[in-house]
Amino acid sequence: MSAVIRASGLVKHYGEVRALDGLDLSVERGQVLGLLGPNGAGKTTSVRILATLLDADAGDAEVAGYDVRTQTDEVRRVIGLSGQYAAVDEHLTGFENLDMVGRLYRLGRARARVRARELLERFDLAAAGDRPVKTYSGGMRRRLDLAGSLVADPQVLFLDEPTTGLDPRSRTGMWEVIRELVDRGTTLLLTTQYLEEADRLADEIIVIDHGREIARGSADQLKAQVGGERVELVVAQRTDLLTARSLLAEFAVGEITVDEHGNGLGAPVAGGAGVLMQVLRRLDDADIEVLDIALRRPTLDDVFLALTGHVAEPDAAPRKGEGDEGDRLRPDLAAVAVAHEEELA
Amino acid sequence: MTTLSIAVADGAVVAKRNLIKIKRVPDVLVWVLMSPIMFVLLFAYVFGGAIDPGGGVNYREFLMAGIFAQTAIFGATFTGAGMAEDMQKGIIDRFRSLPMSRSAVLVGRTASDIVYNVLSLAIMSLTGLLIGWRIRGSLGDALLAFLLLVLLGYAFSWVLGYVGLLVPSPEVINNASFMVIMPLTFVSNAFVPLESFPAALRPFVEWNPVSAVTQAARDLFGNTSPAIPVPDVWSMRNPILYTLIWIVAIIAVFLPLAVAQYQRTASR
Ligand SMILES: Nc1ncnc2c1ncn2[C@@H]1O[C@H](COP(=O)(O)OP(=O)(O)OP(=O)(O)O)[C@@H](O)[C@H]1O
Ligand SMILES: [Mg+2]
Repeated sequence: MSAVIRASGLVKHYGEVRALDGLDLSVERGQVLGLLGPNGAGKTTSVRILATLLDADAGDAEVAGYDVRTQTDEVRRVIGLSGQYAAVDEHLTGFENLDMVGRLYRLGRARARVRARELLERFDLAAAGDRPVKTYSGGMRRRLDLAGSLVADPQVLFLDEPTTGLDPRSRTGMWEVIRELVDRGTTLLLTTQYLEEADRLADEIIVIDHGREIARGSADQLKAQVGGERVELVVAQRTDLLTARSLLAEFAVGEITVDEHGNGLGAPVAGGAGVLMQVLRRLDDADIEVLDIALRRPTLDDVFLALTGHVAEPDAAPRKGEGDEGDRLRPDLAAVAVAHEEELA
Repeated sequence: MTTLSIAVADGAVVAKRNLIKIKRVPDVLVWVLMSPIMFVLLFAYVFGGAIDPGGGVNYREFLMAGIFAQTAIFGATFTGAGMAEDMQKGIIDRFRSLPMSRSAVLVGRTASDIVYNVLSLAIMSLTGLLIGWRIRGSLGDALLAFLLLVLLGYAFSWVLGYVGLLVPSPEVINNASFMVIMPLTFVSNAFVPLESFPAALRPFVEWNPVSAVTQAARDLFGNTSPAIPVPDVWSMRNPILYTLIWIVAIIAVFLPLAVAQYQRTASR
């Protein structure tokens, strides 16, 4: 098999900052690689280098067999890029934006127009297609930008945080569109801070932090790295929390986490559903009322926490061109992190 | 397709985008058209009484070619501001991910700014006609004069387009262009007769391209008089040719500089 995207030893400095510190990656035809990392990990830098927008200080990279440094035109002919910030012209309408891109791909006047209308339709922008982009919401811009990257039906697609700033419904819609593209054979490199997104879309995930790879594998392989399943439960009475904790300790194969605010407990266990049954029986014997109990396979959130030693934190300051960042972590995990901190204190 | 025809085709697409923007944000256009009117009126009425170009030529007639020259060259500031602004906008990433000509953004920007220049020259001509300016030569000569003005403005667009890529933000451009273009247009024969400059400045004034294009336009509009002596320097005796040399030289130097700088700036 031949890699459609291939990079080795990518290094990029910004002054003192090492944005990329020797990154290797490769993506086979029709596969999806997810680059997962917190703010400043080097995701955007990698994408910009691979999409010919930025020169690396060291290392080399090829897309569809073309060198991204020396054969930029060839690379640009086969790729589509939707960057972190929507690359659209505010003063043009959605149609004019796409039409312009089509003309610049030299589709010809008529073909560019037809293609622009097609894409507007497909991305649910037909009604807004003749309004200046200035009047678009963040999600609409994002969709228009993705449409822009698809004008020439690229065989290789780079998407830098395609769903950041989208509401849950638009996010699901975006995932569907991306899946469709991949099903039709597009090779995709996707960056994301949403762990669920990588889980859903990527065949292989590379977790990066400080410009370096810290783990790679399929979502399942990564989850296996942080161990097996966990029992998580919520008790009705706060006063039961300590008793429940000591009961749980009999089954735990690792550290028990406590969420005092949510009356929650969690512990890694071994033995699957059987353990769950036993835990439940013991709790019942002790007359502890349980609001919720579940056996949970580890999520990428856990992987992330285990690998980086920190959770993927949302930006402190809002970034330009984006609306609400949305909840980057599911509440339960944030709570676990809080419990950790309290234990340390 | 050749590199040149690709640059022209892609440049046209970018120029179209810039023109749409002029249409959508007409405030800019309003100012572009208002300021030349103000200039004509100010100079004509403030200096009109104080400056006598001699030879029985009316100052307002003398003035118009100079104001045209100044406006055409100042118009280049828009190119600089436009480029600086484009580089800050997300759209530049789209352009750079497309297999389009490397010079297209600059080619398109300089081309669309010709529209600003032609419009403001037209408005100024009307204002001039209202306050007594007359074209006394042939129509062909007058058109040649306008063509020279527009071409020199176009050449300066490449200079400021280049500067626009160097500055960190569009706000800086106005000051930068003011610092360069103000002296260039004021230390010329645009507003006062050449003879009125002190001897030390004379060579600069005589070889200044602004003086040349002003002299050329004045001759072509017939706004001179045989009674006003033309200094015996080659540049002033052959102002059309001398202006054309400047136009070619500026473009030859700044087009490649700007295109190279575009590549560098965009990949930061
Ligand atoms: N133009 C620049 N000038 C200086 N430093 C930069 C520049 N671009 C990126 N960096 C730095 O390089 C590092 C990696 O940045 P990059 O944008 O690739 O991160 P990211 O993973 O995309 O982060 P985010 O999730 O916030 O988008 C960061 O420390 C960042 O501050
Ligand atoms: Mg980024």
